[in-house]
Parts: sequence; structure tokens; C-alpha cells
Amino acid sequence: MASAGKLHRHQARTAYLFITPTMLLFLIFTVIPVFMAFYLSFTNYDVLSHMDWAGWDNYRRLWQDSLYWLTFKNVLYYSVIFVPLNILISIGLGVLMNQRLRGIRLFRTLNYLPTLTSAVAAATVWVWLLHPEYGLVNGLLSYLGINGPAWLAQTETAMMSIILVTLWQSVGSNMVIYIAGLQGIPDYLYESAKLDGANAFQRFRYITWPQLRPTTFLVSTMSIIGALQLFDQAFVLTQGGPGNVTKTPVYLIYQQGFNQLQMGYASAQAFVLAIAILVFSFINMRLNKSEEPVV
Amino acid sequence: MALFYLVSIAIAAVMFLPFLWSLITSLKPSEDIFTFPIQWIPSKLTLEHYKSAFTTVPFGLYFWNSLVLAVAGVLANLFFGSLSGYAFAKLPFRLNKPLFRVLLLAMMIPGIVTMIPSFYVLRHIPFAGGNDWLGGGGNGLLNTFWGIILPGASGSFAVFFMRQFFLTLPNDMMEMARIEGCREFRIFWNIYLPLTKPALATLGIFTFQAGWNSFLWPMIVLNDPNKATIQMGLQAFSYNHQTDFGPMMAGALIAVFPILVLFLLLQKYFVQGIAFSGVKG
Repeated sequence: MASAGKLHRHQARTAYLFITPTMLLFLIFTVIPVFMAFYLSFTNYDVLSHMDWAGWDNYRRLWQDSLYWLTFKNVLYYSVIFVPLNILISIGLGVLMNQRLRGIRLFRTLNYLPTLTSAVAAATVWVWLLHPEYGLVNGLLSYLGINGPAWLAQTETAMMSIILVTLWQSVGSNMVIYIAGLQGIPDYLYESAKLDGANAFQRFRYITWPQLRPTTFLVSTMSIIGALQLFDQAFVLTQGGPGNVTKTPVYLIYQQGFNQLQMGYASAQAFVLAIAILVFSFINMRLNKSEEPVV
Repeated sequence: MALFYLVSIAIAAVMFLPFLWSLITSLKPSEDIFTFPIQWIPSKLTLEHYKSAFTTVPFGLYFWNSLVLAVAGVLANLFFGSLSGYAFAKLPFRLNKPLFRVLLLAMMIPGIVTMIPSFYVLRHIPFAGGNDWLGGGGNGLLNTFWGIILPGASGSFAVFFMRQFFLTLPNDMMEMARIEGCREFRIFWNIYLPLTKPALATLGIFTFQAGWNSFLWPMIVLNDPNKATIQMGLQAFSYNHQTDFGPMMAGALIAVFPILVLFLLLQKYFVQGIAFSGVKG
């Protein structure tokens, strides 16, 4: 069939035409930058003067840079607490909000609202909420007779405050993803489990949790990738302080690259961070696969 | 039942309290803000903080800049995203699968890797901002809105999202139209695109939200204070006015306002979209 072949070629030509703008932008702003990130990390690029090849200098310097490893430690500490809490709370909210009861939509909306706010606006509001003397949080604590700390200004509580704010801002959208996941679980599983005499906890453990594994995988991967790139909230809430305890790698890369113009060195930092993110996502992938499906 | 409502109300209160508290603060006269214990009801309502948010900082200009950037981002993503999404879903070509896989793979790349090189690329775009054809000499697209719009104009997510939606539409309309002698672009534009309105609405909301809320990249690309976005303005504003919490809360609420309105108008799409992209993503 000659005409079929012609139509096919015509369609292929059209298709290439249709994807050209996307692929062009993709090439310029993703493919080239990814390779360039690697290249730049071996140079002394500083925007202003001539760029020279620096070999392993940046990585050698990185290895001995205690501030860089401190920011890594900070963001790991943040992630280790934030990611599991994020999943537990969103799954809890999802189960709670998956009922057919009056007013459920209002509750869902209220839980979802914080997700809509920008990190900057949310952090700005929380700077005020966490104000040591006049803030709402310490005001409420004082009703209970508790003298609240200077949340953002003390080394012990600064990172906790950031965790609190980012959790407040992120559990809502994950709740919606979990509700969608929960609605995909067929009812007969629960019915037969009930017939077998499984209690609510057992039903959750042996049906809900394993059935939600793809959802949990998605939510945990997204939160790991996001958590290790924490920036906005740390920038607005604490400016990395007090005493660098909330300074994150992205924050350091931003300062190193765009304030001090050491872009070659900042690229090496970014490259190492990216590898760490990929490694953690990969570990997460394995963890999510390892648990044998029960149903 | 009673327990469910008790728990839900408690959680909802915690989630909503920050909004309520910033609203109360923004409407209080200055002397009420710093009182202890907490004063829940302002002694009188005033809009002075909203006024000063717009007069001490060019907040109106920031608002406008953000709106332009977010809307441009939405239009570009809807058009290019659906155009490529349609091609990947409906048109057979040899590189269809491999190219799509590469696009998907790119979604896994953390944003931090491409940040510095993208800056470099923008600076060295040929013929832009005083550059020669080799991309040297000038500032390229730095400090222009194009530097924000172009890198995000057709995100992998937009292509992926639209492709998934086009896949759910039948092929026979396409064949019918071809028999009638319809051109390929018209098949896309007049027949298939109108059917994806819910997907376009969802994607539009997401893109608007992302554009409106973005902070780090605009801060890197834009140096001119007249080009600052509302998030940059809000941050600079809260930094310079550490103790002035009334205008700060007013500013934060203004920065959240467009998204809240959009959400209330298009609530249905919002939730559908998250569920759709979440489960299938």
C-alpha cells in the first residue's frame, strides 16, 4: 500500500514538527546543562574572567570543606525526620479524610490550603507565628503554662521549626494523592478480610499499606528529592542560621556560585549533591520493592 | 463518629490557624500587634498595613511582574506541552519511544544540577543582550523575563501529563478527519485539543502555581529591582522590615491571594489533577 506508507511518512514529519519546540528547549535547558554541570565542575569558571581547566581541584577542595559537609549533615538530619513524618501524616490524613461523612470536603479543603501558599509567603507568616515573645505558637503554649523557646534563633529548635513549617505546607497535597490511592483499593479485599475476622489494624497492615505501595513510592521519592534540595524556607526563616545549623547544600551552592561567583566550585558541590539525591532515590526504590506483596 | 469530627476539627484548626492569624495581624492597628497575652480580636479594623505594603515597597509592580511571568508560563506550557503530548500519544514516528523515555528520565534529574549551567547558557545565548553570534560580549538573556520563561516553557511534566490524557482519547476521529482531507495541525487544534479542556485546566493551574510561587530561579536571573517578582519582593520586604509584622502579613496574604482565588474557582480540577498526576505519575 503506497498511500499508507505516504500517510505514515506525512504523520512522522508532522510529529517531528510538533515536538521540535519542546525538544529544542529540552536540548538547550536540560541536556546541554546536564553535561555542562559535569564539565564546569572541573573548571574555575567565575563569570568574569577566562575559564580554565582546574582538574580535580574543586573536588579536592570540596573533600576538605567542612562547611559543605556540615550543610550535608543538616539536610540529612532534616530529611531523616521530615520524609517519614511526611508519609505517616499524609497517609493518616488520607485514611481519615477518605470517609463519606458530612463536611468532609470542607475538612479536605482546609488541610489542602497550606499547599497552595508559596514557600516564601508561608515562611514569612511562620516567622511571625514563631516570634519568641508575641508569636501565636508561644502564645498558645503560654496558655498551658509553657515558656516557649525562641524557635528560629536557637540552635536546638531552628531545624525543628523548618521541619514543622515544611510539613504544614506539604502534607495536604500528599493527602490528596493518598486519597486517590485509597479509592483505587477494591472493596472486596476489605470485605473478605472482615469475614476472616481481621481487625482495623490488621486490615490496614495487610491490605491498605501494601496496596498503597506505589503511592508511597511516589510520595517518598518526591519528598526525598525535594527535601535534599531544601532552600526557600531555610533562606526566609533562618537565613541559614543560627550558627549555620540550618544552612543547606543548595543554600551554600547559591552563595558560592551567585554571591561569591565561584561557579566552578559551586558546580562541583551541585554535582555531588545531585549524585547523593539519585543514590537516595535509588535506595528508596529498592526499599519499596523489597517488601513482598501480601495480597 | 464523634471522634472523627473531633480529630478532624483539631487538625483543620491547626492547618488553618496560620492563615487566620496572619489575617488578624494584618487588620490590627500597629499598637495591637505586640501585646501579650494574645489579642484575638483587634481593637479596631484597619487597612493601613495593606496601604503601607504597597507604598513602602513597589508591591503592585512586583505583583504585575509575577502575573506576567506566570501567565506566560501557563500559555507556553499549555501550547507546547499539548502539541508534543499529542505527537507522542497519537502520531507514529521512529523516535517516539526513545525520545519520550529521555524526557521522562529528565524528570528524575534534580533541579540543582542544571541551575548553574542554565545560568551559563542564558548568559551566552547568541545575539541576545548584546551578545555576538558566539554568545560572548553581553549578558544574554540574564535579567530579562525570557530567562525565566524559556527554560520552563515546555516542561517534561507538561508533555507527559498531556500525553497521558491524549492516550485516553480514541483514534477514529483522527482517521475520519483525514479521510475528509483535514490538515494535521487542524486535527490537533480543532478536534483533539478541545476535548482536553479538563487536562488543560489542571495543567494550567499547576503551571500558574509553580510560576507564581517560584523564588530561587527568578532571584538568580533577575537583578533589576524593577523586574523583581512578588516572592522576591516579599522576601526583601520581610528582611528589611523585621519588626513591621503588620505590613509583612498583609504582603504575605497578597502573595497568596491569586492562588487562593484560582483554587476556589477551579477546586474540582485542582484535586482531580493531583490525583491524576499522582497516581499515574
